[in-house]
Amino acid sequence: MRTYLAKRLLLIVPTLLGVAAVVFLIMRVIPGDVSLLILGGDQTGRIDPQQLAALRHQLGLDQPLAVQFATWLWGVLRLDFGTSLWTGQPVIDEVLIRLPLSLEVAILATIVSVLLAVPLGMLAAVRQDTWVDYAIRVVSIGGQAIPSFWVGILVILFLVIYFGWGPPLEFTPPWVDPWANFQQLVWPVVTIGYRYAAVTTRMTRSTVLEVLREDYIRTAWAKGLRERAVVIRHALKNAMLPVITLVGTEFAFLIGGLVVTETVFTLNGVGRFVVDAVAHRDYPVVQALVFLIALSFVVVNLLIDLTYAWLDPRIRYH
Amino acid sequence: MAINGSLLENAVAAEPATRPTWPAQLWGFARGKPLGAAGAMIIVGLLAVAVLAPTLAPYDPYLPDYGAQFSSPGADHWLGTDEFGRDVLSRVMHGARIALFVGFAASFLGCSLGGLLGVVSAYCGGTVDLLLERAMDVLLAFPQLILALAVASILGPAVPNVVIAVAIPIIPRAARVVRATALSIKENVYVEAAHGLGATHYRVIRQHLLPNVLAPYLIILTAQLGTAILAEAALSYLGLGAAEPTPSWGLMLSGSAPAYAEKAPWIGLFPGVAISLAVFGFSLFGDSLRDVLDPKLRGR
Repeated sequence: MRTYLAKRLLLIVPTLLGVAAVVFLIMRVIPGDVSLLILGGDQTGRIDPQQLAALRHQLGLDQPLAVQFATWLWGVLRLDFGTSLWTGQPVIDEVLIRLPLSLEVAILATIVSVLLAVPLGMLAAVRQDTWVDYAIRVVSIGGQAIPSFWVGILVILFLVIYFGWGPPLEFTPPWVDPWANFQQLVWPVVTIGYRYAAVTTRMTRSTVLEVLREDYIRTAWAKGLRERAVVIRHALKNAMLPVITLVGTEFAFLIGGLVVTETVFTLNGVGRFVVDAVAHRDYPVVQALVFLIALSFVVVNLLIDLTYAWLDPRIRYH
Repeated sequence: MAINGSLLENAVAAEPATRPTWPAQLWGFARGKPLGAAGAMIIVGLLAVAVLAPTLAPYDPYLPDYGAQFSSPGADHWLGTDEFGRDVLSRVMHGARIALFVGFAASFLGCSLGGLLGVVSAYCGGTVDLLLERAMDVLLAFPQLILALAVASILGPAVPNVVIAVAIPIIPRAARVVRATALSIKENVYVEAAHGLGATHYRVIRQHLLPNVLAPYLIILTAQLGTAILAEAALSYLGLGAAEPTPSWGLMLSGSAPAYAEKAPWIGLFPGVAISLAVFGFSLFGDSLRDVLDPKLRGR
């Protein structure tokens, strides 16, 4: 286990360096210049050269590329991502304000999706090729096909028309007022939870199907065990490993990836922050957020792999 | 002699196995995979709408008609009109062109580049493989939509830019899948034989590796088509895709749809139905195609 851990941790270093380089490059290899994009020109499309020079200096764009990259890396190591061009606040502070909301939505949506997906996926597998299976598959493929932001729009439409409910403007943390917090988050969580339940249901179905063909399942049947014991104790338990991986990956995605859904529900989370930063041409923030989201993705994936290794001895000893 | 005779008889008796004709194969697919066939029908229908949009659409999707603003669905406008009096049905039909174009172009571009990188990576092995694999790991560290968003925000809102932005995150996903297959293909005796006969690397890759990774390539291509259409809708919704007044499904959901939700809910309803239907069709078809092409899943 220890060598495995060391190996995985070592592999993460080049990946993160690469991520930093890619983020850096995306923001620099623009035809033209970020500062031109930020200034965008006035009505006449002309840009004040002095202003341009000042902004270029502020962003460090007048330095050689290697120096710029080194400065950016050094900043990343100290969690210093510069200041937002839009609000003038340090980027990391802005992120930390929005993180609790995104984390709460991610955790709740993951719970909803697992509670829906595991029983449904199992049921579809056990009743393979019956109408139950077809219905569950259609509902779950539908869940993946229907854009969650559209479901969000429909949910809001419905609530606005029938209940006069509008999405809240301010986020109430659960430790301030749990009921208000629940009211704010229940619809986004259900919307997102359904979409990710769809993915997990299909995964559960296919892994349970695979496991049901194993010899030890035949043995369990032959012993005369009830269906419930065979399916839950023998099949589901062994089918859970890939499902855990998938759920973990989804969770990692949910922390920063809900760019559109958070926008629809006007939730002031990390994903919406990306959209706002893009809209305001706040490139230091875009750069920092894309990096941080990728970082959380890599870290959560590492944790999943470690859990996997911990749960499955075959991987640990390889 | 008798033995010889019976052998000959057997040889004559054994009919040469005829390969089923393609309509028969299609029929077989439809019988075995009803959901996949339904998906294929949705795709064909959408393609027909996209190609024939200029003739099928009852109105010009760009033409405002201020006399008919917010018309509810009816005989004149089957799906109603938007805040400029533009016909929603015509806009949804023309939107199919953009969605399918971006979907096909981005998945084709991403999967082809990724597939090629995967084959080269597997074939070369060693340092090349290691470096390419690490590069793909780096790209995989970004959530698909975040990477597309970052690229699109830099390139600016335009349809060709959306294709690039949506294609880039597909590259590592295709590379990984195709590389895995290419690694096992590479070890086959016929590859060794080709080398023995003095075939160049280029020839071995083109003649022996590429045709044999077609199955995983097609699987990932159809799997990514739906994702690409969703990504295009999301980017357009956020204002990073096609710009107004282009009839893009995502864009149609963004500005006016929520604003006039109470007055004219159909503006936001039908483009969403179209996106869902398209992605649904590709997912159904892709799933069944994977079942058919992936030998590990055969007989399930």
